[in-house]
Amino acid sequence: MDRIPILRMGEFLLVSIQVDMHDQLAMTLQDDLTSMIERTGARGVLIDISALEMVDSFIGRMIANISGMSRILDAHTVVVGMQPAVAITLVELGLSLPGVKMALNIEKGMAYLRAQRAAEEGDGPNDLRYSDDGGAGYGTRQE
Amino acid sequence: MWHALIMRVHNAIQLKNPSPSFVGEVVSTNNQGTDMPKNKSRIAEILKAHQDDLAAEWVKNLQATGTGKDSRISESQLREQTKEFLVLLSEAAAVGGDVHSQAWNATVDFLEDVSRSRVQQGFTSEETARFIFSFKQPLFARLRAELAKDHEAFAEETWAATELLDKMGLITIAAFQKTREDLINRQQQEMLELSTPVVKMWDGILALPMIGTLDSARTQIVMESLLQRIVDTGAELAIIDITGVPTVDTLVAQHLLKTVTAIRLMGADCIISGVRPQIAQTIVHLGVDLQGVTTKANLADALSLALKKLGFAVTRTKAAN
Amino acid sequence: MTCAIRMMGGQVMALVKSEELPVRIEQDVVMARQAVRRLSVELKFSLVDQTKMVTAASELARNTVVYGGGGTMRCEVLIDGGKSGLRLTFEDQGPGIPDMSLAMKDGWTSGGGMGMGLSGAKRLVNDFEIVSEVGKGTRVTITRWK
Repeated sequence: MDRIPILRMGEFLLVSIQVDMHDQLAMTLQDDLTSMIERTGARGVLIDISALEMVDSFIGRMIANISGMSRILDAHTVVVGMQPAVAITLVELGLSLPGVKMALNIEKGMAYLRAQRAAEEGDGPNDLRYSDDGGAGYGTRQE
Repeated sequence: MWHALIMRVHNAIQLKNPSPSFVGEVVSTNNQGTDMPKNKSRIAEILKAHQDDLAAEWVKNLQATGTGKDSRISESQLREQTKEFLVLLSEAAAVGGDVHSQAWNATVDFLEDVSRSRVQQGFTSEETARFIFSFKQPLFARLRAELAKDHEAFAEETWAATELLDKMGLITIAAFQKTREDLINRQQQEMLELSTPVVKMWDGILALPMIGTLDSARTQIVMESLLQRIVDTGAELAIIDITGVPTVDTLVAQHLLKTVTAIRLMGADCIISGVRPQIAQTIVHLGVDLQGVTTKANLADALSLALKKLGFAVTRTKAAN
Repeated sequence: MTCAIRMMGGQVMALVKSEELPVRIEQDVVMARQAVRRLSVELKFSLVDQTKMVTAASELARNTVVYGGGGTMRCEVLIDGGKSGLRLTFEDQGPGIPDMSLAMKDGWTSGGGMGMGLSGAKRLVNDFEIVSEVGKGTRVTITRWK
């Protein structure tokens, strides 16, 4: 069974959907992602759909599900790179994905996740920042 | 002649080859394999023999009815056109056949060219059609002179000439119309592009000033070009300004809502500005739910909100004089 | 490939191309999407129109698999006067739809979807026709014109 790879980047998880997904693949991704959040204690999930040429109600539901589930698991989700034609079609289809945070591109998506983390960390002591993931940190971090 | 010829050929075909597929269907034909009337190309002959006279008469007629009186077309141009047409016409008529056949291509092309240039010179359809129709009188006069003794031939040729010139006239008008339609289509397309410019207001802020009535087709084009620009520029905020939109009906309001939703799905934000009081009233009366959509009274307010959202602050460093 | 001319309402509609695909398992839904994408590109549909047609096909093909127990999708390229179009027909021999108005409602689902399948697909195309008989099956025909 093929799977969509999930990359770990510090306390965030990255998924880039590059293939025309059949429904089972979407379900597997949903399972994989939630168990990975649980296992790694990730605090953010970024899903890049810029290569997706179509989002139908099933994939739309999967996106909404992942967003809702990860929120319960204490991780923020951001979906990035939806193509204009896909957005127009989704609206016409009747799906507006309320409650799912969207961003224009990976850069802006990452900025959103970091801002969410910073806001959460702002409540607690500063030295606890990033300490829970054992070190890997952000992509921009110097070794 | 043409009509007579067609009828005769038709009869001949029916006699020789009573195929049902021909019955009542023959609109074009050629002269091969049929016994042609001996006055086959009388018109062609006459045209050829009296080209110069006919052209002179024709130009006189044209001028009498007003063509060539002003600066739109000069007399020499008119002379050239009539002359060239007569040459082409006599050549084509000598070969004969239907005006849609190959022999007539050059003539038809020439007429279409004339029509197109008439459109560009600003002639009306009536003035354009007159080009061909004012040739009737000189041609008929010439036919009468040539065939004065043979009444039957005269009647036949007159009818044929009428048929022929009417067809030429129709070609002229069709070409005129087509040129005008092309022009209108092109202008519509240009208007569509002109009326939907997506402008960059600031780093990360795009604005779309909409002018004119919004229909489904236009909204779709506007929506697509705005979304594409958002992808291209990475702008996080789009302002749709509807100051120039006279009315908003349910459909337009729904289109606006869809645009806002699509922009959100892409990860950008949208502000609608320029909502005039009447439009606000209409929207509420129509029961369209614009809740969750940020609206501002004018473009300036929208821009200031957009700047604020992106973390910019505008300050005045010097008092105005 | 077939060629046929048919009279419809006094107008000549020409069928330029016709293909039939099985829609039995989930993988077939992906195949159906790809076939519709290919034909939409061939017809030079705009990107948005392509996406709408592919999305509608995806919804209906899934319905055929999930609710109809499998069936077929027929793709037809049409020429009607000056315009060209793509017509898709999804047919199954499944249980049928007992309450059509309910099935066409937004947000209603008898399965695990979002309930946007039928009503959503209808909004994505120009013509939509559904015929269903309980115990016999369902046939949905959608057409999008260029």
